[in-house]
Order: sequence, then C-alpha cells, then structure tokens
Amino acid sequence: MARNKEALVLLLDVGPSMCGVLQEVENICSTLVHKKLVYSRSDEVGVVLFGTEETCNELAKELGGYKHVVVARDIKVVDEGTTHALQNLPRGTSPGDFLDAVVVGLDMLIRKFGNAKGKQRLCLITDAKHPLRDPPQGTKEDQVDTIADQMKRHEIKMDCIVFRESGVCHNAVMDENDQLLYHFRERSVAKVVQVDSPTSLLGALRTRNVLPVTVFRGDLEVSSNFKIKVWAYKKTSEEKFPTLKKYSDKAPASDKFASHEVKVDYEYKSVLEPDMVVPPDQRIKGYLYGPQVVPISSAEWEAVKFKPEKGVKLLGFADRSSISRHHFMKDVFSFVPEPGNTRASVAVSALARAMDEMSKVAILRCVWRQGQGNVALGVLTPNISSVKNVPDSFYLNILPFAEDIREFQFRSFSNLPSSSRPTEEQQEAADKLVKMLDLAPPGREEILKPDFTPNPMLERFYSFLDLKSKQPDAKVPPVDKCLKRIMEPDPDVVDYQAPLIKNLGNSFELKENPKKKKARTQDRLIYAGADDQSKLLEEPSAKQIGVMGILYPPTEKVGEIGDNNPVQDFEAMLAQRSSPAWVQKAIDEMQKYTTALLQNSREGDDYQKALECVVALRKACIIEQEPKEFNVFLTNLYERFRTVDVAKFFQLLWSKNISLINKEEAPDSDVTEEMARSFYLKPEPSSQ
Amino acid sequence: MDLDPEGIFRDDSDEEDDSVQEREANKEMVVYLIDASPKMFTPAGVNQTDEMEETHFHTIANCITQSLKTQIVGRSYDEVAICFFNTKEKKNLQDLAGVYVYNVSDREPLDRPDARLIKEFSSIQDSFMSNIGSRYGITSGSRENTLHNALWVAQALLRKGSVKTVSKRILIFTNEDDPFGGITGAVKTDMIRTTIQRARDAQDLGLSIELLPLSRPDEKFNMSLFYADLIGLEGDEIAQYLPSSGEKLEDMTNQLKKRMMKKRKVKTLAFAITNDVCIEVNSYALVRQTTPGAITWLDSISNLPLKAERSFICNDTGALLQDPQKRFQLYNDKIIKFSVRELSDVKRVSSHHLRLLGFKPLDCLKDYHNLRPSTFIYPSDEQIVGSTRVFVALHSSMLRLGRFALAFYGNPTRPQLVALVAQEEVTSSGGQIEPPGMHMIHLPYSDDVRYPEEVHMTSGDALRATDEQIKKASNLLRRIDLKNFSVCQFANPALQRHYGILEALALGEDEMPDVNDETLPDAEGLSRPGVVKAIDEFKASVYGENYDQDEAEAAAAKAGASKKRKASTDAAAQKSAAYDWAELADTGKLKDMTVVELKSYLTAHDLPVSGKKEALISRILTHLGK
Repeated sequence: MARNKEALVLLLDVGPSMCGVLQEVENICSTLVHKKLVYSRSDEVGVVLFGTEETCNELAKELGGYKHVVVARDIKVVDEGTTHALQNLPRGTSPGDFLDAVVVGLDMLIRKFGNAKGKQRLCLITDAKHPLRDPPQGTKEDQVDTIADQMKRHEIKMDCIVFRESGVCHNAVMDENDQLLYHFRERSVAKVVQVDSPTSLLGALRTRNVLPVTVFRGDLEVSSNFKIKVWAYKKTSEEKFPTLKKYSDKAPASDKFASHEVKVDYEYKSVLEPDMVVPPDQRIKGYLYGPQVVPISSAEWEAVKFKPEKGVKLLGFADRSSISRHHFMKDVFSFVPEPGNTRASVAVSALARAMDEMSKVAILRCVWRQGQGNVALGVLTPNISSVKNVPDSFYLNILPFAEDIREFQFRSFSNLPSSSRPTEEQQEAADKLVKMLDLAPPGREEILKPDFTPNPMLERFYSFLDLKSKQPDAKVPPVDKCLKRIMEPDPDVVDYQAPLIKNLGNSFELKENPKKKKARTQDRLIYAGADDQSKLLEEPSAKQIGVMGILYPPTEKVGEIGDNNPVQDFEAMLAQRSSPAWVQKAIDEMQKYTTALLQNSREGDDYQKALECVVALRKACIIEQEPKEFNVFLTNLYERFRTVDVAKFFQLLWSKNISLINKEEAPDSDVTEEMARSFYLKPEPSSQ
Repeated sequence: MDLDPEGIFRDDSDEEDDSVQEREANKEMVVYLIDASPKMFTPAGVNQTDEMEETHFHTIANCITQSLKTQIVGRSYDEVAICFFNTKEKKNLQDLAGVYVYNVSDREPLDRPDARLIKEFSSIQDSFMSNIGSRYGITSGSRENTLHNALWVAQALLRKGSVKTVSKRILIFTNEDDPFGGITGAVKTDMIRTTIQRARDAQDLGLSIELLPLSRPDEKFNMSLFYADLIGLEGDEIAQYLPSSGEKLEDMTNQLKKRMMKKRKVKTLAFAITNDVCIEVNSYALVRQTTPGAITWLDSISNLPLKAERSFICNDTGALLQDPQKRFQLYNDKIIKFSVRELSDVKRVSSHHLRLLGFKPLDCLKDYHNLRPSTFIYPSDEQIVGSTRVFVALHSSMLRLGRFALAFYGNPTRPQLVALVAQEEVTSSGGQIEPPGMHMIHLPYSDDVRYPEEVHMTSGDALRATDEQIKKASNLLRRIDLKNFSVCQFANPALQRHYGILEALALGEDEMPDVNDETLPDAEGLSRPGVVKAIDEFKASVYGENYDQDEAEAAAAKAGASKKRKASTDAAAQKSAAYDWAELADTGKLKDMTVVELKSYLTAHDLPVSGKKEALISRILTHLGK
C-alpha cells in the first residue's frame, strides 16, 4: 500500500526579500498538505525555514554554522500539526542561504530513513537573490557536487522553485545562484522552475503525486522490418474534483465507528410485473438501433465484435499544416524511448528532429492493449528536449474519425451585411486591444502559462475543506486574490490600458435586442448569483440595467410564494429562469399554495385570491408549454374539493370560463376544447 | 442505465456534459420534400457521354440515405418523413394529388428512422418509376398545384409535438427554379399567391422551410424567380442560398449533406471582452467522439425492457434513505460534511461565461495543451445586437497578428482556461471546409500536466541523433509521405462494425457484415523498393549494422533466462524430493519447517510462492489434497 508513500521536506525561504509572497508560499504548501491529508495519509512531511532570525537545526547544534535555518517541523506523518507549521510563517530578517537549507533538509532525510528505500523529496522555494556563504573548502560548485552525490546515493530528488518578480534585474549573484541550481539539474537530481508572479508560484509546485504509469510498452512499428521500442505515458490528464460520498445521518450519535456511507443499490424490475426483481443472469443487453432494441448476449457480442491486434503502427508522415489544432480530441500522450535503450533513443531523436526541421507529423494507429475493442488514430509531434539530460520524445494527440466530425455550415464573414462588419475605426480599436493586452510580452515570462496555472476550483475546495475541518459551519470563502488573476484580467493592466479599453467600448455599440426580452431559459446570458449583482451594474447603458433587472431579478427576493403577493412572487420565480428546474419549482410552489389556501379558506373569503392564483398558474402553464401540469392540478383539485363546501369555488371558476388547458391553447395538451368546456359539468354525484 | 457496458469507448475522461444536453434539448423533426418531376430524372451533367449518367434524383436519394444512416447512429431520436411531389401516384392522409408520402411497414409516416426504412429507401430508384411514378404536376389546363399540396402534407405531418421543444423543418429538394413557368395568367398569380400563403402559414406555426436547390452547369438555379419569396429571403440573403455552380456532382453532394444537417448549438454564452463590452456567442460541438448508442437491459426471456430502480441504503443501519443531500469527504481521518449547495458554490468561481484575459502568440499554444475536444464559437446578434461586429473585428485582428485569445470559461461544473483560436474560413469547390469563427481549446492546469519524459533522466547527457542520422530520417519522412492527408478520411472501424452488426440483426440477416479496417497501414506502399531502401538506410544509421543479430542474441539471452529459471526449478525439485511431504503433513510437522524449505516444494510443483508461512502451508496442503 505504501508503494507510493513519500517523505518530503519543504525548504522555504522566508528571508526579507520573500516577504511579499509568503502568503502564496503558505497557500501552495498548505494545499499540498491538504491533498496529502485526503489522498496519501501516510506521507511524511518536514518543514525547514531559512532566512529566519533564529537558528534551530541539528547540524548547527552538532557542527556549528548553518545559521538562520530553522526546522519548523520534523519529518512526521501529515496531520493538523503540519498545516499549523505552515501558517503564519515568520517574516525572516536575514538573507537566506539555500545551500545550507538543502544540506539541513538532506541531513534530516538521511537521519530519519538511512538507507531505507522509499520516495524521498526536497522542495525548495526561494528567490535565490543573495550571495551564498563560501564553503570551508573547495568551490560552491564542488559543494553542489558533494550534495548531489549524497542525493543520488539515497535516491533523493529535489524540486527547486525560484521566484523573482518580473522586472527584477539580473545581477551576478543571481546568475551564480542560478548556475548552482542548474548544476543540480545537470546532475539529474533536481528540477528547476522559474516563476515571476504569485499566481504562477501557486501553480509551480505539483501538489499531488501521481505515480507515472505507462499506457503502452512495445514497438512503434515503422514497418514490419523496422521497429522502435517506446514507452507511452499520459502527458496531460485532468485532475478531477474529488468524488464526495453520500452522507447518511442514520447512525446513532453514540456510534463512534459509523462509516456514514450510503450504499447505492440498483434493482432491475420487469415492466410486466413491477414487483419482481430480475436477477443478473436473466438480464440481457439490448443495443439501440434507431427505435429498435437489438438483444445480444455478452458471449455473442464477444464473438462478433471488432478485435484489433495490439500494436502501434505508423501510417505515414504528413504535413504539419494538414492537421488542425482543434482536431486534437483528448488528453495527450507522451512517447519516450525505452529507458536504457540507446538505439531507441537515437532513433526517436533522429525522427523527432527530422520531423521538427521539415514540419512534419506522423500519423499512427494505436491499439494499446490486447483485447481492446477499438483503435485510435493519433498524430505524433516532436518534443525536442531543451535540457541536456532529458531525451527527445514525442507527443501523441488523438485525432477524430470521420464519424466524429460534424460539418455545419456557417455564414462567411465576408458576406455579412455591412451592419455586422466593423468599420475601419472599429477594426483599429480591436487591433490595438489585441496588441496591447499581451500576455506574453517580450522580456518576461508568459503570463498564465497553463503549466504554472493552478486550478482555482480545486484550490478553493481544498482550502474550504481545511476550513470546514476546523469550523464545520463555515461559509464558502471568497476566491483568493491570486486565483482571481486566473479568472479576470489583471486590474493593473486594465487600469493601465484604460483609455484603450474605453475606446473599444466607445467604438462599438451593443444593444439588447428588445424583441428578445423573454428569451427562453437556456439562453440566459449571465449568471445571476448573489455576489454577481455588481457585475450587472457594470453593464454599459442604463437601459440595459433595466432589462437585466427584469430578466434576472436578484435571487434573494424569489424562491418562495408569500401570502402578501402570491401572484407576483410566482411570476418573479418564473422570471428567475436560471434553469428549467425553476419553472417546475414555481409551478409546484404555486400549486401547493393554492391548495393550502382553499383548504384553510373560511366561508370563501380567500376565493378571490385563490382565483387569481389559478388564473396566474394557468397562464404560466400555457406560456411554458406545461399544460399537463395545470390540467392534472385542476383535476385533482376538483376531485378533492368538489364534494365539500369549496365546491362554490369551482362555480366561480366556471363562471370566469377557467377550465382545463385545451389543445388550441397548447399543442402539448391532450384535452380537446369540448372536454375543457364540459369539465365542470361531468355527471358526478353532486353534494348540493 | 449503462451507456457503454464494456467501457471500451470510454477513457478516464467522462462524456462531455454539454453533448448530452445537446442531444436531449434539440430534438428535430424533418420532412424531406423531394421533387419527382421528370426534370429531376434527366442527366445532371452536360458534356458527359457516360452511359450511366447521374440524375439529380439519384444524387438526392443517395444524400438522404447517407443522412439517415448517420442519423440512426448519432441522433436516433430525431424523426423523419420522406415525401415526394409531382408523382403519378398519390399517398397521403389528405388525399391530395401528386404527393406521395414514402414509408415502410411498422412505422408512422413521421417517425424515427429504422433499419428497414434505410434498407428499402437505399434502393428506391429501382422501383420508383413502377411504384410511384413521375410526372409534371403543375401544368396549364389542370388546376392542380402539387407544390402547394406538398407543403400542406408536410405541415400536416409536422403537426405532432410542440414547437417549443422540437425544431421542425421542411427541406425542399428541387432543380426547378420556376415551378409555375408552365402556366400563365390569373391562374398563375393565383397559384403563386396560395402557395406562398401556405408557406407563410407554416412558418407562422414555427416550421422552418429550407430549400436545397440543384442546378446544372449550363443553367443556374434562379432563386428570385419564385423560391426567394417562398422561403422569405431578402436582398443579400439570396446569395447565401445559391448553390455553387455545381461543377462536379460530388461537390454538390457534399454541399447537400452539409445543408441537410441542422446546426445545433450547445449553448449561448456571454463573452465579456472588457468590463463594458460583453457580446453574445453560440457554441457548437463540431468535433465530438461518437460512441455506440445507449444500451438497455432486457429480460432475457421476454426481451422486454427492464426498469432500473435505484435505492439508497445506509451502510451502518441498513435503513432505506431518500436521496441524501449531504456529501462528505474524509480529511485527516475526519468526516467533513458538505451540502450540495456549498459544493456548487465552491465550483462557481467566476461570474461570466467567457471572460477575455488577453492575447498570446500562437506558438504559446503547445501540442500538449489539450484535454478535451474543442468547441466552436460563432457570434450571434439574437440578444445583444452588435455582437457579430465586435467578434468579426477581433477575429480578423487575431488572424492578422497571429495571436490567440486566452479566456476563462466559467462553466459551473468545470471552470477552465481556454484558448480561443481564430479560424479563417476555408472553402473549396465542394463548399465550406472550415467555417469562420473561433475554436475554443480547453487548456490544462498545472496539476493536469505531467512530465513523463523526465522520469528516466540519465545521469549523463541524453543521446541525440547526429546530423547524418537526421538526414536519413528526413529521407524516410519524404518517402513515407501521406499526400493530402485529411483528418476525417478514416471511418472508425469499431463503430462501423458495431452498427453493421446491429443493422444485420435488426433486419434479421444471418450473415455478419465484413467491415473494412481503413486504419491499417498501407502494406503495399511500405513494401515499395524505394521505401524499403529508405527504411533500411535509416535503420542501419541509427541501429548500427548488426542490430538484427544483436536482437536475436537478446532473444536468446531471454531464452537463457528461462533456462536459468528451469534450472532453479530442477534444483528445488531435488531439494524437495529429500522430504516425504505427505508424512510431514499428516504428522503436522509442516509448521516446523523453514519458509525456504516450504518454498522448494512450491517451486518444484510450479505453485505461487508468495504470502506468509501459514499461506504457504495451506497451499501445500491443498496441493497434497489434504
């Protein structure tokens, strides 16, 4: 079970120059611990701070030196203590020496685990801005070599995250430090990433460990006579929102070991005898073919179904331009040469580089496993390694089959009416916007690079999870400032480019289409969440706010039908329209309200109100194409009340000509006009 | 209900939520109104001298057959009716002359397509003349108006279902641009008036009428003669409708196929470009994996469908629960409870559908920045007038400057960063190949990207190919070149087979169809001498001359390894033969033996040697039959 168990020491620079991002460092490390608390409960984590005022570590005690390095937490299995150690990191006072910290971290791991096997990792977050202490003997480079040797011997890996604000000038010290870190990388013990914004700092650390598993190991068959041994891995794979279990509150509070889990049971019942459960061996699969259901047993299906041979075969090479980017179907695979196989490495390298030079791609047919029921077509693109000790490899993207493409035709932009085509001035405004809102400006790191952008939803969930573990009734906290950068444009940039943006707003005129005020539910354009009301106010014209206000009234008003203004409440609910469910809810609420009104009515004093309700409900059901809702309701109401004194109410309805909704009014109704007319006149035993 | 029981078509990524929605919300009913006048049966080409000249009727019949086949696979809930006009025979509820509603047994006139309909319709041309017959319907002298009748019949067919939930369409296929050309005078104006009125009535009821005109190279279909009025086109809209001059019949077939497919939007999105400028776009799923349709469970005896019932049972008490509203997550070994509402609040991180963040050069979009099929977006002025204008301006700026837009897509189930890549319109003689608009590409987050290439880092420098080797590789690339490769040229063999089998079973045929797997490499092409030579040269260059020999040796070494294994088994057999196992077992002395000794027995008898001592002993006892 502990196959993937990991021991990790976080080496965090808290020196004065890191002050500005300590909050993000806290956040990213906390997320890492939160995920460990969910997914890998037996992992161990230690925390070392450097650049602190104090000194507290074993090496300093035993050997002296190693100043300003504090072991905030020894390597222990993750628990609240670990999260606690990562909160309110002290603001350090002295420039941090990351090599000292690496040695301290390494020493902790070796002391604790000795030669025991297991995944061990150091994670260094620093700005590497300050000069390092000179070693007692040899050069710093030698020192790095010694450390790297130790790390190799104990199979310890290191992730280095170097954070420097954009715009910071590089100086000799930084260059030297970078060289030292890259030296670790060249010795194949470390990975170094450089980030320049707090947001990408949040994404720079892999917060969850996934054991790399190959999808395929075998030959890439160029021809029957020439094969290259490769291993295929996933290159991208979506980290999902965790699947939460359903909670059962049935277990008595005294039961400390209750699992509170809910089991979901499926029973298949015959249509003819609804009480009879059909056991699994009496079931057979039916495949749909148009309206027909074709029954085939698994064995039969097995015999006739498509069974390709396992293998990855080359179909040929094609021009890069013949494959559109938008035809990539899925998450991406990576093809690496078989480890340790030098011939495969050279073959992959030669092909990849030739493909890169000639802008070609390879088309492959892939069957990953024996017994797989389908084939995949993929496009292989080169991934030329920029790091010396990483081999060249390929990416593989899955391509669609003919059946997967839908050829819709769209109106060409060139023959749009002139009212839809931009004028020269407008085109210029758009050009400026595209040029100025540049997220990859020269001279700095690309902003919001996917590789360094954390998933805001997951970040938020894990921090909420932690919060809830401390305060069970906590409310969902607002989105963190740094995460907002992922979802909204940077306000600084927006301010800076304000004239330009304003210009764009002025050049184009946008209007609500007045005819479309009552757009159907699904076409709703803006989420009307409670905290989004401010957004609505930002809309350009006053007129528009009016329209928005009508279309999407604030949520807090609706949701219930009150006694004061039932009809208005009902209409407000319908107008809510955030989902088709609202319509249903509104109708349900109204039905309940009306029924209750009649039930509690004395001497018909509420009849007028109830009448109004029924009229409103009827109207709504016609508009919303839900005639059945109303017809069933009215029929039930009639059945229920006509024998009691409320029967007068139906006379009132009849006199106002309010009956079932008929076909003429709503095509979905199965009531004819005649039936509707005679609804109240059915020969029923009257109570009067 | 289990959609894909074997899970073969499923990856770890689940089915797109939007495509499901798309299928349910947009049911469609179509009536194909096909002109069957003799003009449709005249050869379509001009200068062709082939004996079998294709007629427009033939083209249309093929298109419809193909469309029905795609439909039964992809959108089998849609309903279709096929109706000919200008026929000799008549068959329709209203008993109107010159209109023939085509159908097969056990099927309503307007219904979901089934296997029989496709089979019989695909061979309609053989029997059309004898069973249905063709004639000119609107002639001077008769007061008949077959076009009017056809529209009436179509409208009547489409009476079922409400327009709110179903989209209803009438598609007219004809090559006659002036159906009332044969008559004159008051009769003509009167007929035109009533026909157009009939069309207006249908449109007022929410039916859309579309025309798929076919024209001949020598005479263009003239919309303005009659049909522009019929479907209510004005001015520049007519240009849109015009068929391309039909140089090749194939091109026309392609165009028809595209036009027959209704565009289904997935969603309408608000695209906030700045705080002030928010436009409206529609999203379309142009590329989605087609999977074999849903399965239902049947009673194996009666073949009747079964009803699945779900019940929730408390694991601790066994009590039956209503659908529980609370969820929980184990965190630090504690149960942390969430309400469904809280979870959806956590997921809702953004207020807009699409929010523009900025622009990047196209080379920032890497090959591995992909997770799911892309979605296409196209502007709409339906609710916010002026959207198209803004979109077109941005589109052309992005194309010109070689940039894509980075935006945040605040989908409540899966908020994501997306790249919006401007797509220029690509057309060929066969019509539009790529529509103009933007492709929305879903980008991964940092946690979604893995670094498998770094898993096996060598301590020294990784091997790189030499220039010579790269040259040989380039030569190989040139040799095995797929000319004019197009992404969608291959049919999915698994799907073809799946539906082939279903079709055969649905029609009660015994023979299983043979499906040609187009995805196999071209063995013939690869064995051409030039190709073989290029491969051999490259192989020699990267693998060295004696690769095959080495491989053979490696294989032999592997055999050697198995020899070694055999040797150890023999040794174990010898060792284990030193004991009388049956007696040891009977006297209960097995537990006094060492694990090594126990294992020798197991190895000798080819049994697994894993587990604790007790497990080993019980395994030995089982093997001894005790």
